[in-house]
Amino acid sequence: MNWDWSAVVDFLPRLWDGLLVTLQVLVLGSLISFTLGLVWAAGFRAPSRLVRWPVQAVTEFIRTTPLLVQLFFLFFVLPEWGVQFSAFTTGTIAIGLHYSTYTAQVYRAGIDAVPAGQWEAATALSLPAHRTWFAVILPQALRRIVPALGNYVIAMLKDTPLLAAISVLELLQQSRLESAATFQYTEPLTVVGVAFILIAYPASLLVRTLERRLAR
Amino acid sequence: MPAETPIDTRPSGPAPRGSGAEEIIRFDHVTKSFGDNTVLDDLCFSVESGKHVTLIGPSGSGKTTILRLLMTLEKPDSGLIRVNGGQLFPADEKQRREVRKRIGMVFQQFNLFPNMTVLRNITEAPVRVLGLDKDEAEQRARELLELVGLSDKTGAKPSQLSGGQQQRVAIARALAMRPRVLLLDEVTSALDPELVAGVLDLLRDIARSTDITMLCVTHEMNFARDISDEVFMFDGGKVIESGPPERIFTDPVQERTRDFLGAVR
Repeated sequence: MNWDWSAVVDFLPRLWDGLLVTLQVLVLGSLISFTLGLVWAAGFRAPSRLVRWPVQAVTEFIRTTPLLVQLFFLFFVLPEWGVQFSAFTTGTIAIGLHYSTYTAQVYRAGIDAVPAGQWEAATALSLPAHRTWFAVILPQALRRIVPALGNYVIAMLKDTPLLAAISVLELLQQSRLESAATFQYTEPLTVVGVAFILIAYPASLLVRTLERRLAR
Repeated sequence: MPAETPIDTRPSGPAPRGSGAEEIIRFDHVTKSFGDNTVLDDLCFSVESGKHVTLIGPSGSGKTTILRLLMTLEKPDSGLIRVNGGQLFPADEKQRREVRKRIGMVFQQFNLFPNMTVLRNITEAPVRVLGLDKDEAEQRARELLELVGLSDKTGAKPSQLSGGQQQRVAIARALAMRPRVLLLDEVTSALDPELVAGVLDLLRDIARSTDITMLCVTHEMNFARDISDEVFMFDGGKVIESGPPERIFTDPVQERTRDFLGAVR
């Protein structure tokens, strides 16, 4: 096996394109999962069982089935019902939806960890519901929520190559196209692996710092 | 019914007349259970405005539950609760909120908001609930901090204060709402022994200098004797004896009261 630097150089334009797509999926997927997760978490706390139970059932179903199966389902089955999106859109929605069921648990745990006395003090002061949430409960829950969300963003990054299976042009798919054209596998795949390390490792350090800051 | 016994065990009916004092709290046939455990059993009593009432009795006798019902942290299974001329139970949430605004509570565990400064802890509710403007609320907060002896702590976070200081901030926070009724739930139980006296002295001052009606659950019998106009002895979900502290503490009628006082001394 020979390492060919010229193959690395030839791959760079595709690497750059793939990197942009991967980061777009990551940012949009994170936003979807953060927002939708908050909706699920609110659903968990709904006063009515008619809301709580379906939300629990749906999120549990999504959380316990593989992301790859969900990707294939959204990409190949939904069009039969007339719902058709691009591979990029489908992949981003799928990964955001999948991770929203994890972030929902993060929100739930963060909110549950705020002592009951805080809710009681808010009631004793007659604070309106939105002040109780936004001035008292969420700021305290955030110190537990933010680091956990950060870890899921990193996990999501490492799941983005699954989108290659539905031909989204992210990092892994770009390396496959490169290999298909040049019959060189070592260099593109290695470079993609290194690209993931270069993003994920600093990100995990950042999360750890954040965790320490917020714990104070 | 003599004026010094504002307990009314009659099934229902108007406030005691002739005493000149207005009734501010009334429990009518209130029952509350947690699972199989009935903590309040068809409880009826009333408290006159401005009185300081201490609830004593063995743990689990329902004292704290009474405060929690008044603060709407629990709901009664049945019965009627009125405070300050408004109905707390049964009532819709909107009505309950109006009545609740005039009730303050100080908790055993302080329950200050750790993400806010001392000053914000005190001004948050006056600004957001009573609609005071920020300067006015801060002015009021500074006066109260002076009253509780913590003028220099306005910018501190609760975690930087001792337990006794936190509890004094919590008292200031409750007073900032200008409550007509103040509920004190074992406010010194979580404090280190050397910090208890400061908090109790402060409460004595407040009891002496204001006309706030106080309902107090405590194990500090000397404090109870000092500040109370009236002591209610609870057992088995009922008031089994009530009267002025001089009598309850020195010459209780009920044997269970005698046993209890003997045990806590």
